[in-house]
Amino acid sequence: MKLSLVRDLLDAVVLSGENHLEEEIYFAFGCDLMSDVLCFAREDAILLTGLVNKQVLNTVDMANMNSIIFVRNKMPSQEMIEMAKERNLLIMATRHILFESCGILYQHGMKGASQI
Amino acid sequence: MRYKLILDVKRGDFDAAGEASRKIKDILQQLGVSSKVIRKVSIAGYEGEMNLAIHSLGGKIILEVGEEELSLTIKDIGPGIDNLDLAMTAGWSTADDKVRQMGFGAGMGLFNMNKHADNFLITSKIGAGTKIVMKFSLE
Ligand SMILES: Nc1ncnc2c1ncn2[C@@H]1O[C@H](COP(=O)(O)OP(=O)(O)OP(=O)(O)O)[C@@H](O)[C@H]1O
Ligand SMILES: [Mg+2]
Repeated sequence: MKLSLVRDLLDAVVLSGENHLEEEIYFAFGCDLMSDVLCFAREDAILLTGLVNKQVLNTVDMANMNSIIFVRNKMPSQEMIEMAKERNLLIMATRHILFESCGILYQHGMKGASQI
Repeated sequence: MRYKLILDVKRGDFDAAGEASRKIKDILQQLGVSSKVIRKVSIAGYEGEMNLAIHSLGGKIILEVGEEELSLTIKDIGPGIDNLDLAMTAGWSTADDKVRQMGFGAGMGLFNMNKHADNFLITSKIGAGTKIVMKFSLE
């Protein structure tokens, strides 16, 4: 599905990387443990997480992924938004909790992104 | 040798952690290394950089790019690892709550570095430090 649809389904606000909104994404990974993302997530997936700090951006960047959804109304700092823009990463924030966010996307055909 | 770079990583500097790995990724992109190899090097290097910031007293990351392979050396000045077999085991970690709250401390880093590097060698001595050498073929 298009990232713009992900935004609409999760009623999310886009904070950086609007240029990615027309890209198609089929896989997602939801977790707060960055080493698990680095170990198991595929690069063509979006990350849903309740963790909000610079290391989330570094993790996604190093794993060649490019989209992050912050759940549960957590807002990244202005510094993080600037860092995401510099690295051309899409970030959005939703009020839904991680479980609901994943459930909504799964219901609409998004697949899990493990590559074990 | 086509390229060599030495970067310092400070102990406990969680704000700056990740900058060395980002720098390495930039350079590899400039050198025209394939994105598949860059991903492996970036993941392994970043796990190593986080370990330096979290567990070590400070250290260095050394990138050496040759014609057919590149190597990443991650070494620190202590405290060293007592039981390497245990440290390499997925899920084993001595990280505290503060580190866990930042999203690290799952005990997956060394396992993950070994998984992404084509060749992985770790040596460690209590009091002296830890040294990891990873090789990646440039295909
Ligand atoms: N450079 C180092 N110096 C001293 N001890 C280390 C070093 N690197 C790793 N260790 C020890 O080895 C353990 C396992 O490291 P590993 O990177 O696999 O997991 P972690 O850092 O605890 O968690 P994660 O990497 O998932 O965030 C650490 O908890 C720590 O005790
Ligand atoms: Mg680690």
